[in-house]
Amino acid sequence: MAHAVEIKDLHKSFGELEVLKGIDFTVDQGQVVCVIGPSGSGKSTLLRCVNLLEQPTKGTVRVGGVELTDPDVDIDAARRRLGMVFQSFNLFPHMTALQNVMIAQRRVLKRGSGEAERVARANLEKVGVADKCDVYPAQLSGGQQQRVAIARALAMDPDLMLFDEPTSALDPELVGDVLSVMRDLARDGMTMLVVTHEMGFAREVADRVVFMDGGVIVEEGPADQVIGDPRHARTRTFLSRVLDPTHAGDEPGAGSAPADAGPGS
Amino acid sequence: MTDHLTSGPADPAGPAGPAGPPPGRARLSPRKRQRISRAIQYVVLAAVLLTVVLVANWQGLAENFTKLDVARQTLPELFTVALKNTIIYTVGGFVLGALGGLLFALMRMSSVRPYRWIATIYIEIFRGLPALLIFLLILFLPLVLGFQLPGGTYGSGILGLAVINAAYMAETLRAGLQAVPRGQMEAARSLGMSHARAMATIVIPQAIRIVIPPTTNQFVALLKDSSLVFFLGVSGEYVELTKFGNDVASTTSNATPILVVGLTYLLVTIPLGYLAGRLEARQAKGR
Repeated sequence: MAHAVEIKDLHKSFGELEVLKGIDFTVDQGQVVCVIGPSGSGKSTLLRCVNLLEQPTKGTVRVGGVELTDPDVDIDAARRRLGMVFQSFNLFPHMTALQNVMIAQRRVLKRGSGEAERVARANLEKVGVADKCDVYPAQLSGGQQQRVAIARALAMDPDLMLFDEPTSALDPELVGDVLSVMRDLARDGMTMLVVTHEMGFAREVADRVVFMDGGVIVEEGPADQVIGDPRHARTRTFLSRVLDPTHAGDEPGAGSAPADAGPGS
Repeated sequence: MTDHLTSGPADPAGPAGPAGPPPGRARLSPRKRQRISRAIQYVVLAAVLLTVVLVANWQGLAENFTKLDVARQTLPELFTVALKNTIIYTVGGFVLGALGGLLFALMRMSSVRPYRWIATIYIEIFRGLPALLIFLLILFLPLVLGFQLPGGTYGSGILGLAVINAAYMAETLRAGLQAVPRGQMEAARSLGMSHARAMATIVIPQAIRIVIPPTTNQFVALLKDSSLVFFLGVSGEYVELTKFGNDVASTTSNATPILVVGLTYLLVTIPLGYLAGRLEARQAKGR
């Protein structure tokens, strides 16, 4: 069976700046893959290349066996099977939560208004904001907005969900609500590709973790291995900064950070 | 106020302060100086008002500008013909111009370079020319084209205003479309909408909300510019407010009709301006 996502030799440049320098990796059906790495490492660009919000400079992206980088592909049809959740939510501010979740069902999938509303309410319920159906995004907290955004993507019955730092714009006390929705999704078998800084989430939920730096994949493997026992110095440095920011200035190799537990391997 | 606050704690540290007179009490405290300055402003105002009252020819003004019987002569044509025509010219020019403006705005953002050039050239030319000049050009248009413009005087007047409005609306609409965050288009596209579908259901509705206040102001400006129809040599049933006022003023040899017409303009422009302000305030709050 084809991989859910298959990326080969992906390059992306913005003018002179080469952000992705040859990425190869795959996500299998039902897998949760977390992409971690310092800012500017190209992880968000990678995610945006998967649904072609960014046009790759070189290389191929296949999703569910369909090559999206083929210039003749019907990109709108292909994107229907990919849900995307953004760091800044990007809800439509002129529509209520319910309308946000209904609009693409109506206009893209051509569902009737009764069915679209039923699906929308079910998904808003699933993410825990059923009581906010008739509220406009501006009146919702960040955590609620992000959960509506997840419901909006889920309402399209995607085969794959892409998350671009979904909790980075949230107040710390609201992060948990969004992560628990994502954890439930993973448990239900959704294929997910998640760019995140939440190491706890990655370690608990991800089947595989990919560490990127400088536009390349430095290290990838099972979550426990990449986060708990990283092989590369760059991964260790990054993890010690993220997991123990207070002592981040002490490195390299200060030895007090938990991520440095097994440098000998 | 801040002077007062900062000079307070500085006082005890007097000897260490900057060179000059000892920092004790100034001859005039800032508060006293402010009070004197305000008193002077009131005295000047009173003097000017008094001069105007004494010098002005009140009787002459009253006879020329506020003759009730002359004002009565303007009715009912003031509203049934003149105001009606002003509104026809303005609304016609506004609607046609807004459509043209939308077209030029989209051309200006087109990925096809010649479209961008054409839109830019049009906008620069017609924003840079005086409105009056455009109306004078339109007078000669039938000679150039070899046929009359459709709609007669209405057609010419509306065309003139539309040509001007299109240039301004193009810029307003472009700014509105570009003010919608890029993430909105990205979210719509990632849900599988085509570019055109995303524009129509997500971006343009938000852009319209953004441009409502500036567009209301643009409408007011256009309403005033409709007075330039005057120079198309209109007469009879086609006259708009300014031409109408001027005609009645010359037949009665009295300036009252001009004043009446002026008040009629304000009857429309002031509520619209107020409305624009309200919309703007509501928008500032909504985001």
